[in-house]
Amino acid sequence: MNRDMDRQKEFSRRAMMLGGGKVLLFGTLALRLGWLEIAEHGKYQMLSNENSIGIRLLPARRGVIMDRFGAPLAVNKPDFRAVIVPEQADNVAATIARFSRLIPLSDEEIADILADVRRHRRFAPVLVKENLSWEDMAKVEVNLPDLSGVSVEQGEMRSYPLGRDAAHVIGYVGRVSKAEMTNDPAMTLPGFRIGKTGIEKQYDKILRGTVGEVQDEVNVVGREIRELKRTEGTPGKRLTLTLDSDLQMQSHGFLTKHRSAAVVVMDVHNGDVYALASHPSYDPNVFSAGIPADLWESLLSDPASPLTDKATAGQYPPGSTFKIVTALAGLESGKITAATHINCPGYYKLGRSVFHCWKHAGHGNIDVVAAIRESCDVFFYETAQRTGIDAIAKMARRMGLGQRLDFDLPDVASGLIPTKAWKERRTGRPWEKGETLIAGIGQGYVLATPLQLATMASRVANGGYAVFPTLLRAIGETEKTPPPPARIGLDPAHIALVRKGMEEVVNDPRGTAYDVRITTPPYSMAGKTGTAQVRRTTAKMRAEHISVFKLPWKFRDHALFVGYGPVHKPAYAAAAIVEHGIEGDYSAAPIVRDVLLAAMKRDPRLIRTVDEAEHDSDKKEKGGT
Amino acid sequence: MNTGRGIGQDSLSIPEKLRLISWPLLLLVTLTACVGFASLYSAAGGHMAPWASKQAVRFIFGLCGLVAVALIDIRFWMKMSYPLYALGILLLVYVDIRGHIGMGAQRWISLGFLELQPSEVVKITTVMALARCFHAATPEDVKNPVFLLWPLFLVALPAGLVAIQPDLGTALTIAIVAGGIFFLAGVPYWMFGTVIALGLAALPVLWHFMHGYQKKRILVFMHPELDPLGAGYHIMQSKIALGSGGVFGKGFLHGSQSHLDFLPEKQTDFIFTLFAEEWGLVGGLTLMGLFMSIIAYGYFIALNCQSQYARLLGLGVIVNFFVYIFINIGMVMGLLPVVGVPLPLVSYGGTAMLSVLFGFGLLMSAHVHRDVKFTRRGLDPA
Repeated sequence: MNRDMDRQKEFSRRAMMLGGGKVLLFGTLALRLGWLEIAEHGKYQMLSNENSIGIRLLPARRGVIMDRFGAPLAVNKPDFRAVIVPEQADNVAATIARFSRLIPLSDEEIADILADVRRHRRFAPVLVKENLSWEDMAKVEVNLPDLSGVSVEQGEMRSYPLGRDAAHVIGYVGRVSKAEMTNDPAMTLPGFRIGKTGIEKQYDKILRGTVGEVQDEVNVVGREIRELKRTEGTPGKRLTLTLDSDLQMQSHGFLTKHRSAAVVVMDVHNGDVYALASHPSYDPNVFSAGIPADLWESLLSDPASPLTDKATAGQYPPGSTFKIVTALAGLESGKITAATHINCPGYYKLGRSVFHCWKHAGHGNIDVVAAIRESCDVFFYETAQRTGIDAIAKMARRMGLGQRLDFDLPDVASGLIPTKAWKERRTGRPWEKGETLIAGIGQGYVLATPLQLATMASRVANGGYAVFPTLLRAIGETEKTPPPPARIGLDPAHIALVRKGMEEVVNDPRGTAYDVRITTPPYSMAGKTGTAQVRRTTAKMRAEHISVFKLPWKFRDHALFVGYGPVHKPAYAAAAIVEHGIEGDYSAAPIVRDVLLAAMKRDPRLIRTVDEAEHDSDKKEKGGT
Repeated sequence: MNTGRGIGQDSLSIPEKLRLISWPLLLLVTLTACVGFASLYSAAGGHMAPWASKQAVRFIFGLCGLVAVALIDIRFWMKMSYPLYALGILLLVYVDIRGHIGMGAQRWISLGFLELQPSEVVKITTVMALARCFHAATPEDVKNPVFLLWPLFLVALPAGLVAIQPDLGTALTIAIVAGGIFFLAGVPYWMFGTVIALGLAALPVLWHFMHGYQKKRILVFMHPELDPLGAGYHIMQSKIALGSGGVFGKGFLHGSQSHLDFLPEKQTDFIFTLFAEEWGLVGGLTLMGLFMSIIAYGYFIALNCQSQYARLLGLGVIVNFFVYIFINIGMVMGLLPVVGVPLPLVSYGGTAMLSVLFGFGLLMSAHVHRDVKFTRRGLDPA
């Protein structure tokens, strides 16, 4: 009996130990539960929501782009596309292979589709082929029974009515690259496109709008169970540009006879850019559908660089067009006056160096107006020498050169206006006097873009107001109202002298561009020629009188021209560059003349003056008789 | 010791026995089972079918069985211990052989109304056999390693047969429960110390012989991020469900993790998660409180039994009950590796429910016949 009592006591003692162990273990469980449900509640709440809330995006319509009169520049046109829902396909790869027999797909495309299928959930449609023609669509529709999981959907494709005429301004859209990825949920939409260049890139965020979002409760395989929340997106805003699409097309047309050229036309008073064209160009419609690799390669390797907007991103030595700046710098600093006469023997000696005038015989004793008219180099060597490089640089900046203009395109170059400090910083060597001379005629270090040169011409034409070029007129219904341009602070008499010179360049028989004058009154223009040396003229060439025309194309000089019109009440200014086009008056000047004439003819304000002018001349004739 | 009711307790009438049944324990068991019904109702998205209704019917049958078992004299159960143990082993051998000869690795025998899982049966019959064995042992016997070979064999046989099914989790729990009974029977501490030390030493060897998927489970348990979409996925989703429940839960029928199928096996192994997601910390602790009460009640009953067999059987049933609860809840909370162990009384499953209720029937029988005394050898009063 005692033994059994002992046994019971031992049992009770051990049962208590075991019970204590259980209490401890249960306590551990309770603490763990408390930890999960209190301390880590926030974290797991979030994970639970991530699990069960699926987000579906509602694409936002891309904003359209219009010209100043409301003509379309970039629109969305309905596009038919084939998509495949992997869940509904018996065998995705086999279906795609059958599809490819109807509408050929490249191996690359097939690989992309299959990669997309793997990436997306099984019920999400994956793009197979966009931009189907009616014929292709019919082929697909008829064969749908053999293409399990495939369906035809309507989407939208960007379309550019002006095509290559405005490619550099409007730009194009394309698939998002890795570098362009942001946290905008729109990026994840299949077939989403982003602005790649031009206005499409510059104002991409405005054009893109914001995607809407539907939050669905989804189960473990991602199928929607019910809609929890819906946020409508906002479509992208419409952009109205300052461009005039007819003038844009004409402007581009004027360039096409050259191998590589660019032109800008702008309003001298408010800076509205009416046309901005660069040649050669490319068809943005092909780009928005997806650029074929071989086309892309050929565009990249073309020495005439069709992908570059030469009007804003091309930087050229401005050549003699820069004499406008040198003249103003000399006049404003008082180093020369209207009465200053400088003798041009055809060369200029500085120390042991000799600087030549383009006219070997020399211009004789001439003043500033004649020097501009005949583009005398010696006059401006002397003026530059007297004025000094830093004063010239300061004037260049006031005229809009040497700075990155705050323009509405993504690819805008700043050009270069050298100063003494710049050169020392850049090369570590001091500025040399001869370099001032070279800079004074727009050679050497000096670089400018056609957009900057048009701005310079505008500032001369408008009587000294710091106008800035602009492309954007309105975002949606909101008109852009830039502040009226400030005065640069130039003596009107000095501007008048320069304008007189520019008028005579075109309208005086001694002018360097007399051949391209406008002969249809009352239209008129003034301007300045320029030649940018690509290669230094050697003594040998000078001695042998080698004609530039005999040089290979890429060694020929660039031709430039800046101008404005009409002469007395300027409305438009333009600048043109013809790469390797030899002399301004041979190639660039006719472009500016044609563009300005077209702009003036389209201007209703000027048409009235034409009527008045005709009225006036009628009266004169009557008076005469 | 010999109270008036001592010997001759067999003469107790059925109504007297019914009066002696501990009704509060039955109430606690029924409440716990009701938590199960509610959870199964929720798991089916607010429907009785397919789980809750079946489970309720089984529970009612099981409860009647429990009472019937309780009314049968504890000495009868002692007599039946070895035969029932043998039956359990035979069933195990049957499914093992059937699985081996190519009828698939089924772990159950279909009885029409029930898919009988022999591994659930042997859990209880092994406890019975061990209680029977230790009842007959003197305090000297239990200190004698040679004597202990027999109970060790009683454990090793079912554990081994279950392990080759292969169901390592259940085999391990059988071993752990048996360890508890050995402990209660008075096996010296140093032997436990030795076995534990040897076990730890043998771990690398065991690791070497483990199946690939078993190794993976353990690795994933220690680093769930190794396999977010495989084995670790279940535990991660379970932790998300528990954690997102918070203090008061997402509300009945509103457990998003369970209802959207992120939670695997929500009606069986992960039912605690489902319950705690919907009822929060409060619900989880309440359910654990119910379990604790049942266990405490079991202790109370076992400690008041006059015979070693009744005591060992009663606490054996309770230890078994506890081990399952602990492993299941520990697993769903990420404290233990994933082993397919149901939550007693709550998880959907016929055999498990019936075997748990049968165990409680035995416990109750021990309670009803608590003052019955018998010799070490058997049935005659001392």
